[in-house]
Amino acid sequence: VMFYRLLSIVQRQRTSPGWQNWSSARSSASVAKAHSIALPTQTQVVICGGGVMGTSVAYHLSKMGWKDIVLLEQGRLAAGSTRFCAGILSTARHLTVEQKMADYSNKLYHQLEQETGIQTGYIRTGSICLAQTQDRLISLKRINSRLNVIGIPSEIISPKKVAELHPFLNVHDLVGAMHVPEDAVVSSADVALALASAASQNGVQIYDRTTVLHVMVKKGQVTGVETDKGQIECQYFVNCAGQWAYELGLSNEEPVSIPLHACEHFYLLTRPLETPLQSNTPTVVDADGRIYIRNWQGGILSGGFEKNPKPIFTEGKNQLEIQNLQEDWDHFEPLLSSLLRRMPELETLEIVKLVNCPETFTPDMRCIMGESPVVQGYFVLAGMNSAGLSFGGGAGKYLAEWMVHGYPSENVWELDLKRFGALQSSRTFLRHRVMEVMPLIYDLKVPRWDFQTGRQLRTSPLYDRLDAQGARWMEKHGFERPKYFVPPDKDLLALEQSKTFYKPDWFDIVESEVKCCKEAVCVIDMSSFTKFEITSTGDQALEILQYLFSNDLDVPVGHIVHTGMLNDGGGYENDCSIARLSKRSFFMISPTDQQVHCWAWLKKHMPQDSNLLLEDVTWKYTALNLIGPRAVDVLSELSYAPMTPDHFPSLFCKEMSVGYANGIRVMSMTHTGEPGFMLYIPIEYALHVYNEVMSVGQKYGIRNAGYYALRSLRIEKFFAFWGQDLNTLTTPLECGRESRVKLDKGMDFIGRDALLHQRQNGVYKRFTMFILDDHDTDLDLWPWWGEPIYRNGQYVGNTTSSAYSYTLERHVCLGFVHNFSEDTGEEQVVTADFINRGEYEIDIGGHRFQAKAKLYPVASLYTHKRRKDDVELSDLHGK
Amino acid sequence: SGPRAAPSGILLHPSKVVREAPGRGRAACLRSGIPVRSSSLPLFSDAMPAPTQLFFPLIRNCELSRIYGTVCYCHHKHLCCSSPYFPQSRLRYTPHPAYATFCRPKENWWQYTQGRRYASTPQKFYLTPPQVNSILKANEYSFKVPEFDGKNVSSVLGFDSNQLPANAPIEDRRSAATCLQTRGMLLGVFDGHAGCACSQAVSERLFYYIAVSLLPHETLLEIENAVESGRALLPILQWHKHPNDYFSKEASKLYFNSLRTYWQELIDLNTGESTDIDVKEALINAFKRLDNDISLEAQVGDPNSFLNYLVLRVAFSGATACVAHVDGVDLHVANTGDSRAMLGVQEEDGSWSAVTLSNDHNAQNERELERLKLEHPKNEAKSVVKQDRLLGLLMPFRAFGDVKFKWSIDLQKRVIESGPDQLNDNEYTKFIPPNYYTPPYLTAEPEVTYHRLRPQDKFLVLATDGLWETMHRQDVVRIVGEYLTGMHHQQPIAVGGYKVTLGQMHGLLTERRTKMSSVFEDQNAATHLIRHAVGNNEFGTVDHERLSKMLSLPEELARMYRDDITIIVVQFNSHVVGAYQNQE
Repeated sequence: VMFYRLLSIVQRQRTSPGWQNWSSARSSASVAKAHSIALPTQTQVVICGGGVMGTSVAYHLSKMGWKDIVLLEQGRLAAGSTRFCAGILSTARHLTVEQKMADYSNKLYHQLEQETGIQTGYIRTGSICLAQTQDRLISLKRINSRLNVIGIPSEIISPKKVAELHPFLNVHDLVGAMHVPEDAVVSSADVALALASAASQNGVQIYDRTTVLHVMVKKGQVTGVETDKGQIECQYFVNCAGQWAYELGLSNEEPVSIPLHACEHFYLLTRPLETPLQSNTPTVVDADGRIYIRNWQGGILSGGFEKNPKPIFTEGKNQLEIQNLQEDWDHFEPLLSSLLRRMPELETLEIVKLVNCPETFTPDMRCIMGESPVVQGYFVLAGMNSAGLSFGGGAGKYLAEWMVHGYPSENVWELDLKRFGALQSSRTFLRHRVMEVMPLIYDLKVPRWDFQTGRQLRTSPLYDRLDAQGARWMEKHGFERPKYFVPPDKDLLALEQSKTFYKPDWFDIVESEVKCCKEAVCVIDMSSFTKFEITSTGDQALEILQYLFSNDLDVPVGHIVHTGMLNDGGGYENDCSIARLSKRSFFMISPTDQQVHCWAWLKKHMPQDSNLLLEDVTWKYTALNLIGPRAVDVLSELSYAPMTPDHFPSLFCKEMSVGYANGIRVMSMTHTGEPGFMLYIPIEYALHVYNEVMSVGQKYGIRNAGYYALRSLRIEKFFAFWGQDLNTLTTPLECGRESRVKLDKGMDFIGRDALLHQRQNGVYKRFTMFILDDHDTDLDLWPWWGEPIYRNGQYVGNTTSSAYSYTLERHVCLGFVHNFSEDTGEEQVVTADFINRGEYEIDIGGHRFQAKAKLYPVASLYTHKRRKDDVELSDLHGK
Repeated sequence: SGPRAAPSGILLHPSKVVREAPGRGRAACLRSGIPVRSSSLPLFSDAMPAPTQLFFPLIRNCELSRIYGTVCYCHHKHLCCSSPYFPQSRLRYTPHPAYATFCRPKENWWQYTQGRRYASTPQKFYLTPPQVNSILKANEYSFKVPEFDGKNVSSVLGFDSNQLPANAPIEDRRSAATCLQTRGMLLGVFDGHAGCACSQAVSERLFYYIAVSLLPHETLLEIENAVESGRALLPILQWHKHPNDYFSKEASKLYFNSLRTYWQELIDLNTGESTDIDVKEALINAFKRLDNDISLEAQVGDPNSFLNYLVLRVAFSGATACVAHVDGVDLHVANTGDSRAMLGVQEEDGSWSAVTLSNDHNAQNERELERLKLEHPKNEAKSVVKQDRLLGLLMPFRAFGDVKFKWSIDLQKRVIESGPDQLNDNEYTKFIPPNYYTPPYLTAEPEVTYHRLRPQDKFLVLATDGLWETMHRQDVVRIVGEYLTGMHHQQPIAVGGYKVTLGQMHGLLTERRTKMSSVFEDQNAATHLIRHAVGNNEFGTVDHERLSKMLSLPEELARMYRDDITIIVVQFNSHVVGAYQNQE
C-alpha cells in the first residue's frame, strides 16, 4: 500500500511544471492517508528522517536483507534540505572516502530510474571547477590525481577549453580548471522518493507526519522510540534528522552528542535564457568566486558559500526563525557580483526567486556517521556540509554495512561520530565553528591549516608558559598542542599569514628543534594524549586486556608494552602503549582523538564487574616528553637517581621524584624512536617540574619543541601513527609489527583468527616508507598525504603521511602498497620481494617524483654520531 | 594685536552676518569687512587651498547678493537653507572689539597662519580616511548597561557619546552617570560660551545637585551623619566618563562644601510630610541651586588665588544645559538654553520620526520672547531682545553663569575691582551690557518635559546646537535609527512578482551596500552622526573630500565653519519598556 501511495505522489508531482508548486502538490496527496495508518508496535530498525539520508539507509538496509524497518518522517518525505537541494552531484572531494561515496551515489542515482520507474531528472552534465589562482590549480591537480586513481575520469584543462565547454563563461581571469565529465545533476527530492519507493517495495514501512520525541534507552542499549503517535520497540535507531539531529540526540535521557549546526544558504533561480541553456550544460564551481552555477530549466541556478554565514537554529527548532527564512538579497550581493563577473551576459536574465534553505555543517567539515559511543544501537547519519546529495548513496551504503556487518567496507574513521567528544557539543562552540566552516568549503585548503574558532578549550597547565615563549598552536580533539616555537627575533606576523603548498616558512624553526632533539635535549608538552587507568581487585584487568590487545601484557611490573587494540578483522581500533603499574593496574596511553572511541570500545567489551574499574585520567596528568641524548642527564640531575640504561632500561616505567615533586611517572620511551623519557606529572606539579627541567636543562642546551619536530622525527623513523597511517582496516602484519603480536601468548584475543589467517596467506597491502629522490625541497610542491603511489607506472596505493627528514635531507612519505592484478584489478598478496623489486613514483599535484621504497627504517638514523672534525664553535651556543 | 585686529574680528564671526537681516548684514560686512578681505585674499587663493576649494563651488550655488552678505560663511547658509529653524550662530556675543579679545585671547588667526609660511608652498590639506577617523573618534565613548543573569533590567541599553571641537579648547562638555542611591540614569550636554570654565563646572557639579535633590530624607541624613562622624560616605553617582572628560581637583573641596550646604538645607527644610519626590521639581531646584552657588562663590571669593580666579571665570562665562533623567519608563528632560533633546520613534512601517522633548530658549521661541518682555518693564520691550539676542548680545535666553546678565551693575563693579588683576585687565568683564536696567535678565531655571517611554521610542539624542544648526532633526533621527538597527531595517528587497533582471538587482544591491558601508565604519552612533553633520553633501550622503576639508581646517578657521558639536545617543531597551507597559 505504501508503495503505491508513494508512486501516486510522485506521479502527480510530475504533472506540475514548476519547482515552486511541489510542496502544495505533495501535501495535498499525503495528508489523507497518513493518519489512518497505525504505527507498528515493534520492529528491528527505526529510521528517523525521510530525506535523502534516511531513505538511502532504508534502501540499503533492505537490499542487504534487513526487512523489518520503519522510517518515520515528521513532515513529508523529501521535504527538508533535500527538497531545496541544488541537485548537483559532484565527485571532486578532498577525502578519498568522500570521493568514493560520491562516485557510488552517482552510479546509484544513474540506474535508479531504471530500477524504480521513478524519474529522477538525472542528467550527466559533467562539472568544471575553475581556478583563478595558481594555488587553486594546485589544489585541483591534487584532487584530479586522486580521482583518476579510483577510476573517476577527470582532467585539468586550459581556460580555452573551459570556454568551449560552457557558452557564457568569462575565462579571462582563469589559470585553468578541472573537468569531471561524469558528474551529474539530479532532482534530490525525486531521488529520495525513488529510494523510498524501492525500500518500500522491499518491505520498509514508511510513515510521514510522525515525529520522534525521543529514543528509549535501557542499560546503554536502544529499546525503542517514543513518537507523537505512540511507541515503537526496536533494537536499532538511525538518526537521519538532518539539521534537527543535534536536538534529537539531546532529547534522550542519556544524550547523544551529534555536533552539527545549521546555517542559512542561498541560491538563485532565473527564468530561461532567450535560447534556453542546454540541459547538459556542465555545472560550474568557481570556488575563488565562492559560487556554483548549474543549468535549471533553461535558465540557471546559482548559489555559494559566503564569507559571512548566518547561523540559524542555535537554540533548536524555532518557528519564528523558520518563518523568517526569507530571501536576503543584501546578503547575497557578493555572490551575485561574483556570478555576473563570471557570466556577464546574464545581466538581462530575469529572476525567479532567491531560495533560502538552511544547510547543516559540522565542526571539521566532514559528515557524521556511525554508532553512538554511549548508546548501543543508536546510529547517526547527518551533518552533510551541503553535500548531502553527493554523499547520500555512498554514506547510506556504508552505514547499512556498519549496522549489518558491524563495520563498513571502507575506513570511515574520518567521518566517525566517535571522533568528537562531548566537548564539541556546546551550542556556542558549534555556532562559532560553523561560521568558520561554511566559508571554508570554498576556501583554499592548504596543508596544515588550523581552525581559528572554538580554540583554547582544553589546555595544558603550561599553556601560558609555552605561549609566552613563542609557541604556535594547533588543535586536536579540542586540545591545544604546540606546533613549533618562534624564536624571539622572527617576524611573527609574516609567519602567521603565509599559506602554501610549497616549503613552509617554519622550515628553519623546526629544523633547529629537530637538531636539538638529535644532539641535545628538547621538551615537548604532549598532555593531549588520552590516558586511561584499568584496575581490578583480582586478575580481571589482566584478563580483559589480554583479550583486547594483541601483545602479551603479562609482563613484570614496571614494563611498558606497545600493542594494538584490534577488531575481528585484525585491524587497528587503537594503537597504544600500556604500562603495568602493579599486578592489578595498568596505565594506557592512546592518541588524543581516541578518547571517545577507545573508551566506547573498552566499555563495550568489558564485562559488567564492579571489581574492574576503568578510569579516564587524561585530565589528571600533564605529559612532558624529554627527548634527545641529554635527557638522561637532565633527569638524573633532577632526581638524584641513575638513569642510565643499566638502571633504567628502555620501555620501563617507574614512579619517582623529580625536583621537589613526588609521584611522577617516568617512562623510558618516546614516540619518535629517539632516546628520552615521558614524564606523566600530576597536573598540580606540572609547572614546577617544567621549570626545574628547563633550568637544569639549560647547561645541556635544552629548548622547547613542538609537534612538527616530533612529526618529522617519527616519520623518518618509519613510525606509524593511528588515525593517520593506521586505521580499522590495517593489521599489524601489514605494517611490519609482527613483533607486537603474540599469537601464541596462550590465550585468544580479538583479531587473532584473522591474523593467523593473514600469517598463513600473506598480506594484501604493505606499509612502506618512501624517500623522495629527485624532489627539490625549495622549489617543488611538498607532499602532504593522500598522494597516489605508482610502482612501475602502475597505481598501487596512496600515501598516509609525509614529512621532511632533516637528517636524511629528503622528504619521507609513508603509505600502503597494494598489488592489483593487471587483468582483473583484484588485490593480490604483497610480499617483501614485491615491494623491493619495484620502481616507485609519488604523484604530487600531477607531478611524479621518484622514490625509494623501504620496509625498514634507515639504520644510520639510530647511530647518529658526530665526527670529531665536524664540531663547530656554534655547537657551543645555547640552543 | 595691531590695529587690524578689530575689524577682522568682525569679519571672522559670521554669526553676526547671518543673524542679521540680509541688508544690514551686508552693510555691516561691507563696512568693516572689505579692507580685511582684500588683505587676506591672497591667502585664500593660493596659500589656503582647502578653504578656497570649499568656497567656490558653494559660491556658484549662491546668488551674488548673498555672497557679499555672507562672505566666507555662505556655505553654511547654503547647507541649511532647507532648515528654517535656526539662524546660524557661531559666537554668542556680538563681536564687539573688546569681546573678541576676550573670547580669543590668542593672536589673530591670519598672523598665526602667515607665521607658518603656508604661502611659500601651496599644499593641499587632504586627510586620508584613517586620519579622518582618528579625528572623529578621538573623543568617542560608549557605555553598555551591564547585564545581570543575561538580562538587562534597565530601560536603558547604553549610550554612545562623542564631541568634535571647533573652538580651541572645546567649550562643550558632556556628562553621564548612574544614580546609585536612587534609580535612574542622568545624561547631559553643556554648551559653554565665553570660555569653557562654566560648562566645565556645570558638567562636574550639576548631576550631584540633581542626585541630592532626588534623595529621600533618610539617605540625606545618613550621608550627613557619615560626613559629620568621618565615616565612609555612600556613593551617589557612578560616572561614565571618557578619559578626556576631566574633573577639577583643585575646586573639589569647594564644590563639596557648597553641595553639603545644599543638602543640609534640604534636611532642615524637611517637614516630614511628603516622602514622594517629584523629579521635575528636583531638577528645577538643582539647576537653580547650582547657578545660585556659582554666583555666590564668585561673590564670596576664595583665599586661594587660583580658586578665586576659577570661581570668577566660572561665573563670568556661561553654559547651557540639556539633561535627561531616565528611570524605567519615566523620562524627564530639563533644558536651559538652546541644546536639544530629540526622541527617535520607530513607526510601525519601520520608518523614523523625531519627537522634540525640549524647547529652545532663544529668539525663535515666542514663549521665551513673551516671558522676557513680561519680566521687565514695558519700556525695555525693544531693548531686552535686540537682533534676536538678549540685550543684543546673548543668543540663549537661559544659561548658567553669565553673571554679567544677572548681577546688578554695582555688584559687578565691586567684584571686578576686588578681583584679581587678570579679571580687572579684561576688557570683556568690565563691559556692562547696554540697556542694563532691571537685572537679572538671565536665569538658569530649566524647562522640564516629561515623557513616558513606549516600546516604539528607540533612542534619545541629546546634542548641543552645533549639531542642530547643521542638520534637520528628522535627518538626525533617521540617520541614528538606520545606524542602530543596521541593515535589518533597511527595507528588505523582495522580488515579489516583479520582473527584475540580475543586472538591475545587482545595481540596486551595490548602491545599498555603499550606503551601508558608511554606517559600519563607525562603532559609535554619535560618531556616525558627527560624520554626517560635518561631511554631508547636498544629497545627504557623506562626502569624504568634504569631510576631509572640514576636519583639516586650521584651528583658527574651524570656528567659522562649524560650532563645537557634542552628542549623546541613549538607546532604550524596548523589551524592558514593553514589560513595564504590560505590568500596568
